[in-house]
Amino acid sequence: MSSLELRGVGVRYGRFTAVEGVDLVVPDGSVTGLVGGSGSGKSTVGKAVVGLAPLTAGRILVDGADQPRRPGRTAVQLVFQNPYASLDPRLSIGAAVAEALPKARRAERAAEVARLLGLVGIDPARAVQLPEALSGGQRQRVALARALAARPGVLIADEVTSALDVSVQGAVLNLLRRLQRDLGFALLFISHDLAVVRYLCDQIAVLESGRLVECGPTAEVMARPAHETTRTLLSCIPALPARTAPEAT
Amino acid sequence: MAATTVRGVVSAEPPESFARRLRQSLRTPIGAAALAAALLLAALAVAGPVVFGDQASKIDTSAMNQGVSGAHLLGTDSLGRDIAARVIVATRLTLRLGLSATAIGLVGGLLLGLAPSVLGRRAGRAVTGVVGVLVAFPGLLFVLFLATIFGIGSTGAVLAIGLALVPTLARLIQNLATSVAGSDYVATARILGVGRFRIVVRHVLPNIVEPVVLFAAQAATGSLIAFAGLSFLGLGVQSPDYDWGRLLNEGLSRIYVNPASALAPGVAVVLAGLVFALLGEAVAQTGGRRTAARAVPAARTPVAMNADGGLAQTPADVDGDALAQLTHLRVSFPGGRTAVRDVSLSVAAGEAVGLVGESGSGKSLTALALAHLVPYPGHVQGVVRFDGHDLLADPRSGRRLGAELAMVFQDPMTSLNPALRVGRQLAEVSEVHLGQSRKAALARAVDRLAAVGIPDPERRARQRPHEYSGGMRQRAFIGMGLMAEPRLIIADEPTTALDVTVQKQVLELLGRVRADSGAALLLISHDLGVVAEVCDRVLVMYAGRVVEELPVSRLFQGAAHPYTRALIGAIPTMTTDLDRELATIPGRPPEPGEEISGCAFATRCAFARDRCRGELPVLAPAAGGAGHRVACWYPRAGDGGTVTDDTDTDDTDTGITRAESEAVA
Ligand SMILES: Nc1ncnc2c1ncn2[C@@H]1O[C@H](COP(=O)(O)OP(=O)(O)OP(=O)(O)O)[C@@H](O)[C@H]1O
Ligand code: SF4
Ligand SMILES: [Mg+2]
Repeated sequence: MSSLELRGVGVRYGRFTAVEGVDLVVPDGSVTGLVGGSGSGKSTVGKAVVGLAPLTAGRILVDGADQPRRPGRTAVQLVFQNPYASLDPRLSIGAAVAEALPKARRAERAAEVARLLGLVGIDPARAVQLPEALSGGQRQRVALARALAARPGVLIADEVTSALDVSVQGAVLNLLRRLQRDLGFALLFISHDLAVVRYLCDQIAVLESGRLVECGPTAEVMARPAHETTRTLLSCIPALPARTAPEAT
Repeated sequence: MAATTVRGVVSAEPPESFARRLRQSLRTPIGAAALAAALLLAALAVAGPVVFGDQASKIDTSAMNQGVSGAHLLGTDSLGRDIAARVIVATRLTLRLGLSATAIGLVGGLLLGLAPSVLGRRAGRAVTGVVGVLVAFPGLLFVLFLATIFGIGSTGAVLAIGLALVPTLARLIQNLATSVAGSDYVATARILGVGRFRIVVRHVLPNIVEPVVLFAAQAATGSLIAFAGLSFLGLGVQSPDYDWGRLLNEGLSRIYVNPASALAPGVAVVLAGLVFALLGEAVAQTGGRRTAARAVPAARTPVAMNADGGLAQTPADVDGDALAQLTHLRVSFPGGRTAVRDVSLSVAAGEAVGLVGESGSGKSLTALALAHLVPYPGHVQGVVRFDGHDLLADPRSGRRLGAELAMVFQDPMTSLNPALRVGRQLAEVSEVHLGQSRKAALARAVDRLAAVGIPDPERRARQRPHEYSGGMRQRAFIGMGLMAEPRLIIADEPTTALDVTVQKQVLELLGRVRADSGAALLLISHDLGVVAEVCDRVLVMYAGRVVEELPVSRLFQGAAHPYTRALIGAIPTMTTDLDRELATIPGRPPEPGEEISGCAFATRCAFARDRCRGELPVLAPAAGGAGHRVACWYPRAGDGGTVTDDTDTDDTDTGITRAESEAVA
């Protein structure tokens, strides 16, 4: 399986510095949560890893080997945030998932596509439909199925559950966590939902204006946030009123 | 499980392919006219020379230079040949030349236009540069230049006109391809290792085909005219061949003797051009279908109906206090997909109502119906009232909505026009709806931007949307809704695309706006936490129906519907047990196309019994108190409420257990 390592990563767009001096290790088989405010550079870090953002400083290593600077099929897969833009409007969702399947598996394609769609809670009979017939949440699940189809060694999930319903979100997170544990891929989980990050991640990294300001084991960071940004993020969680006593089983 | 409630009519409709859309669009009046005219033209081109060939080439010295007569409808030429027959016979050559030139232009344009997407960065840039230079070259000069190179004659003319088309087409295709190439789905394909060429064929081409076809149709018209021009000048088709341009040339010399001989080929050029334009129009319509966001008021039938089960919901009669009211709303799409089955809701002046439910439960369509914006081909039934006006019955009342209702969408990226300055976009609203002067409107825009917390609003008003961050864009868009004084704000997932800090700002902003203006709010969200923070009352939707309605204060403690309780149980919090799986709701919500008898939740509900599967539960007052209604045969008892039904003793209080969710998953 694979580990992901960022060493002094910097990304500049023209004269604007989006990310600077980020050192981060996502160890093999573990989950790292990347959190931060709006425009703090979370998505840019994810894009830099797959070659979609220009790396202007530092190195990105997967299993100790440099990631190519241009996008191409590597062990890293990325799922985007916006479900309305991440699927080709002219390609049926089944074809979109099939495109990601490794070559060797082409023979069992239809069955595998159906399995993956079922896995993310989409009726496999919808495989022939175009994305426009799906609601936003349904599209995002297809995008996730597509990324999983490529059997990634490192998965970058950029706000993948922010457009999902709680019911589905739970299923997707359970699924992600189970698959992550079973298959052992490293997961970089970019999210603004700290409750979800707390549940899913072994360690948590906090970005602020393109710089890493805090990084550590989840429980510790949540309990004793050292940086102001982390404290602000924690205080912004909408507080749910106390609810019905824990549901008995 | 004994009986299944949901009879699986699995919606395996074929995708709305381009070909299918084209067929649909050809059924419209424009499409049908285009098709008929194109067929006629094709028939003339194919059969013309066969049927009229002899007549057109028969030299008759006894009938030279005749005028219009019964024997010769358009007269004869200097060799006594029938002009009408010659015009018809010329159709084939004219079209062949015009279409070949277009084909050359299209192929060249595609090659050059798509090259930057296939080639590497450097080579791509070189191609882009070359095309840029060629585009700047004057078109007519280009044609004449090429015509000189290739020599006089039809081959030279075809090449000249075809090649002259290449730069513009290439530029168009380059621009279109670049925007597709920048999309997330192409980025994903690249990460998946899909080759550049494959990306172009699979992802880029299908997404640009419509504008390209449209442009090609225009180009075909243009090249017809260009050929007529070249032949007329003697640079095109040479004797003994003839096209409409040469006939025009010959006819023009005798225009005072026999006007018809000059007019007929001219008219033929114009008519053929019109046919191409019509075909292009038909294709453009095809493209229009795709943009579901196009705000066309859909077909509507203002009937107080209730198709499946008239007993479904308590008839919400016209409520005098309601600012906005939906009664028995039903929204369906062709192919038997009913997205909203039966929804009645009302929003009182100044009230904040939350609409929650799973993806696909019909929340957005319900809101769109209220704003009279259900996309084509959605079919809206029921009664939609705003401020006492029946929107479906009185089409003019829709116009009032612009000023009194503001809509905030989920995606702040697409809701503002990227090409216009933000201040201008806001100002337009009050220019149109309040009739303000340009200057006053702009001043108000700056004021509104300040009101939504945009720092330095004067400067920001002069910026374009891409210079704003996502959160600022969303705030600017809310500011746009506030330009005219709205009485109802509909916000569809306004914070879903934003991170927590910005989400908090936007929610606070919505709260402040309501406090300042007294506007009512319909907030759609799948995030119960957000709804709980902002709203007074919550409606929970499931499979196109409202299954529970309750005051927000009771949401987390006193929900009675098993679905609502399961939703609440599924929210991860800062105290969620890390060693267990997150609670989920097993199974899937029914598809809009599925036929449901009884309770739509029954397949996923732990409390379902035979009655649930056979009878649709009615939205009825719940035991919990005023303003609480639930559509369930066996509602759960909330804290402090009473059990309203004969719940089995071994039933636990929740529909969803972790053990179950594990088993199902
Ligand atoms: N143009 C359309 N053609 C066919 N079906 C459609 C169309 N628009 C929406 N639907 C279907 O209608 C159902 C309800 O759609 P709607 O957008 O109202 O859901 P929603 O509750 O807002 O979901 P989300 O939370 O994902 O936004 C979905 O199953 C969707 O697939
Ligand atoms: S108990 Fe209520 S929610 Fe469950 S199936 Fe019966 S009617 Fe539906
Ligand atoms: Mg929606």
